[in-house]
Amino acid sequence: MSTSIKSSTNELTFASVPAADGLNKALALSRVDIIDAIHESKLKGRGGAGFPTGTKWNLAAAETRTPKYMICNADEGEPGTFKDRVILTEFPDLVFDGMTIGARAIGASLGLLYLRAEYGYLHEHLENVVARRRKTGLLGRDIAGIEGFNYDVLIAMGAGAYVCGEETALIESLEGFRGEPRNRPPFPVVSGFLGRPSVINNVETLAWVACIFSKGVEWFRSYGTGASAGHKLFSISGDCEHPGVYEFPFGITVAKLLKEVGGEDAKAVQVGGASGRCVPRSEFERRLAFEDVPTGGSIVVFGPDRDMRAIAHNILDFFVDESCGQCTPCRLGNPKLLQGVEMLQEGTCSLQYLNDLKGLARTMQVASKCGLGQTSSVAFMSILEHFENEVLGRKPLL
Amino acid sequence: MLITERDRLREDVLAIAELTDCHRASLIPILRKVKEKYRGIDTYAMQLIADVLGIHPVEVYSVATFYSFIQPQTQGRLAFRLCRTLSCELEGKESVAEQLQRDLGIGFGETTPDQVFSLEWANCMGMCDQGPAMLVNETVYTQLTPGKVHDIVEEYKSQQEGHVTKRQAERVL
Ligand SMILES: Cc1cc2nc3c(=O)[nH]c(=O)nc-3n(C[C@H](O)[C@H](O)[C@H](O)COP(=O)(O)O)c2cc1C
Ligand code: SF4
Ligand code: FES
Repeated sequence: MSTSIKSSTNELTFASVPAADGLNKALALSRVDIIDAIHESKLKGRGGAGFPTGTKWNLAAAETRTPKYMICNADEGEPGTFKDRVILTEFPDLVFDGMTIGARAIGASLGLLYLRAEYGYLHEHLENVVARRRKTGLLGRDIAGIEGFNYDVLIAMGAGAYVCGEETALIESLEGFRGEPRNRPPFPVVSGFLGRPSVINNVETLAWVACIFSKGVEWFRSYGTGASAGHKLFSISGDCEHPGVYEFPFGITVAKLLKEVGGEDAKAVQVGGASGRCVPRSEFERRLAFEDVPTGGSIVVFGPDRDMRAIAHNILDFFVDESCGQCTPCRLGNPKLLQGVEMLQEGTCSLQYLNDLKGLARTMQVASKCGLGQTSSVAFMSILEHFENEVLGRKPLL
Repeated sequence: MLITERDRLREDVLAIAELTDCHRASLIPILRKVKEKYRGIDTYAMQLIADVLGIHPVEVYSVATFYSFIQPQTQGRLAFRLCRTLSCELEGKESVAEQLQRDLGIGFGETTPDQVFSLEWANCMGMCDQGPAMLVNETVYTQLTPGKVHDIVEEYKSQQEGHVTKRQAERVL
């Protein structure tokens, strides 16, 4: 199968796994064995947080209340991330295979795929895939001849809000409310969509589930590092010669990745999107993995002439716009940081005030309700840490 | 709003609400449909939707204003959304923005007086490797340059009969 995913160091997995192969192999196993296999594979969530998928499924499977829901998070709003779009375009069957395997494992009867509004042009394509799968018995009643295994998938459209990628905000949105994150616990595996046990997995996580059953747990675990098993898709953009979606094993160094994409002269890279950290050239030997520099797969490359203050400004602007406004540290903190970056540009930010801003950023990281406010200042802080001289030495604009 | 248009709106709202037995979960699908078809969600529409779903109109308002694709205010039939986020900024979205404003004759956040075009900023739309990127309704355009957006706007204009730019309208008034 042809694909736009690239790599010169390893084989491309998704193009080599036939649709429904992983699903059929998984459905030959008992529900307990499916979850055990995912446990043993050490698969961790590809949506950013890296939570072990087997553990999540186990928690939901242990719940006795029904109906249960198996939900796919296709909100992909993190700046610099576009791998889920490529998966949904080129390998949608792997995603639905993964959802159906998950449904079997936890005992879910309905699935929802929450597609971001910006990907509206994929809606019809995905509806067609769902319709085809219903016709061929891969969705619907008694799937694969297993009596009583009923599972169907609906595609739910988002309406334009980054925060709805956060799993509890996603549920609020599915239920018809503002996408304001909930307190956790209770976690969605206990009380999710309509108050019922729900598993929410990223598009890529689900595609890997299908690959793990198709190619085997051992195969998957033989790649990557101890704490970060398997391959990962990386969305690479910015100042490099060959941007795009790449497949690499976890543990690849920043330097090696930059060589692959033609971005060797970079002065820094933003890893993990706007909510991730800025890694300077001096740290390019670090490894992309949950135990070193964690990432949902987004890498934005900054060439030697980029103004790091402008980058901090663009990132904070994004968070000011996308904060749901529900809690004070995030609602008020992000505009304060943005204003601080503007003062740095104008040369009117004293060191005293800059230290106050750092204190504010630390407060936001511990006191915000959801991941958005907890991570929105990470890029700002890492740019200050590594590029303080560049950011500070501005003449006042008099 | 004309009576016939109100009837049509009611039919549209009911058609979606009935799929879920008027469950609250159909609120966003309804708002998306109304916005797509009528380009805005006025107070009558909000009250109607609230009535059908058995919730307070303020709840409809609070949800509509939360999401950028279902904002209540009326937009043009063709909604231009240019990405302003990191990768597209690195690729030079600023000059594309200038050209768009000049060709459409409106600024960001504005709609042409004949309600054909509107222009707004958007956040990352998942086309970062092909920036600068923009959406026109549900069509995505990538690797934009000032020249390229000029051609795109001209193409849309030629499909619109009797489109009047803001500047032309001001000259007439
Ligand atoms: C502000 C915010 C935005 C998020 N956006 C996404 C997203 O667009 N896609 C996604 O899969 N996960 C996103 N997440 C992570 C989800 O909350 C959740 O952890 C993930 O979908 C779980 O799937 P996984 O375990 O398969 O990674 C976001 C989290 C936060 C805090
Ligand atoms: S941290 Fe920000 S996005 Fe998250 S709940 Fe608070 S205000 Fe909303
Ligand atoms: S930054 Fe513009 S599409 Fe992602």
